[in-house]
Amino acid sequence: MRQTLDLLVEYFSYPFIRYAFIVGVLIALSSSLLGVILVLKRFSFIGDGLSHVAFGAMAVASVAGLTNNMLLVLPVTVIAAILLLRTGQNTRIKGDAAVAMISVGALAIGYLIMNMFSMSANVSGDVCSTLFGETAILTLSKLDVWLCIGMSVIVILFFILFYNKIFAVTFDENFASTTGMGVKGFNLAVAVITAFIIVLAMNLVGSLLISALVIFPALSSMRVFRTFKSVIISSALLSVICASLGIMISVLASTPVGATVVAVNIAAFGVFFAVGALVRRK
Amino acid sequence: MPQIICRDLVLGYDKKIVSRNISFEVNRGDYLCIVGDNGSGKSTLMKALLGLLPTMGGSIELSDGLSQSDIGYLPQQTEHQRDFPASVEEVVLSGCIGHKGFLPIYRMSDKIRAHKNLRKLSIDGLQKRPYSELSGGQQQRVLLARALCAADRMILMDEPVSGLDPAATLEMYRITESLNRDDGMTVIMISHDIDAAVRYATHILHLAHEPLFFGTKEDYIKSGAYRGAGEGGINDETDA
Repeated sequence: MRQTLDLLVEYFSYPFIRYAFIVGVLIALSSSLLGVILVLKRFSFIGDGLSHVAFGAMAVASVAGLTNNMLLVLPVTVIAAILLLRTGQNTRIKGDAAVAMISVGALAIGYLIMNMFSMSANVSGDVCSTLFGETAILTLSKLDVWLCIGMSVIVILFFILFYNKIFAVTFDENFASTTGMGVKGFNLAVAVITAFIIVLAMNLVGSLLISALVIFPALSSMRVFRTFKSVIISSALLSVICASLGIMISVLASTPVGATVVAVNIAAFGVFFAVGALVRRK
Repeated sequence: MPQIICRDLVLGYDKKIVSRNISFEVNRGDYLCIVGDNGSGKSTLMKALLGLLPTMGGSIELSDGLSQSDIGYLPQQTEHQRDFPASVEEVVLSGCIGHKGFLPIYRMSDKIRAHKNLRKLSIDGLQKRPYSELSGGQQQRVLLARALCAADRMILMDEPVSGLDPAATLEMYRITESLNRDDGMTVIMISHDIDAAVRYATHILHLAHEPLFFGTKEDYIKSGAYRGAGEGGINDETDA
């Protein structure tokens, strides 16, 4: 135990490990808060769909040789998010089908482009890294870290300032709009923030595993807690704890960061599921 | 004193007309039941009255100092609300969402109002309970308390007794009657149940794409629309 602790202290003296830890925890916190809204509005798959769009955009950006990928990836993902979250009033294709379509479409096109035009010697390595985020989290620049901190502050402020509105719209969108609340603007804000978080979270877990960060904390918390406030608080805490544990384990055991964080989240879901079943039997 | 005046309304979705020629008036203190078969345009009309759906023709005029946000709304329960993590208090307070300005917290007056409505509907013992664990009748009363927090002059109810057991149904009708008679609220209710509509309402609007009937309950009972409905089918003479 003493040895493990010493090892951790040694690893954390490296700046890139500290950056990874800070960014990982902040991303986990923001995505879990947003996840409560997405899960309750039945948009669990949005994270998945958007991350595939981001993957496609990333492929185009790296092939085009852009110095900063974000310039292309972020706007494309934001637009996709707005289109997907416009809850099907006038859409001809049902919501879940639209998400599935865009998601696999972007994935296929992205992979195709990377294979056809990439200058890199190791295409499958690049693809794997983008999909599962193996190296990105360990090669963060200071700018990336500040970007993450800024984004997390925005998400947390959004939740504090609009907490009551978030509840009202998530529970009953129609009722909220009859009270004169600007529901459309609210949904737009949720869509844009979702896109930002997805793009940032690609650094941590890669595009295939992002939905895990979005849905697991909310789903676990809903097994045990029965009020909105307690679910939000529990999701945030749980997600931060799982991300911290996962990153430490992956540093010590040299496992892939993203997959380890998700595995810890799955374990936590198991625990919460059991606790929930016990509580309800009483 | 008229509160809502509808003239020659044309309603529909996606340029497809669902109903037309709807003209009626709602006065302060009225208890109007909107009856008709499925697909006759009842819900469409309600959405238009709430401002959730633009009208395709005609006009809806609010008077007597009434504005859109003075109309309380009791919607039908949606599937995703049944397992939604929320306490009764959280749901009822969310009715006050339109009151406050930019402040992120509810004011004391909102909390007092929420408690008053909880007590009025005799669910004040349930406020810390999870909404998802309540019975159907209790859930309906929670949503009604939320609507009363939003507005106390007029309430629109969309099939308020659907899915309730007979005792809860009776209780719901009793509460509505008391809101109308004792608190002077104007009630507009969408209903399948023509017998109950005739028993409790003061006015009836019978829709079948076009209004088959609009007037007082007493006139409705004598009318052909009521007898047609009583025989188990509404004569749809209009081709929409």
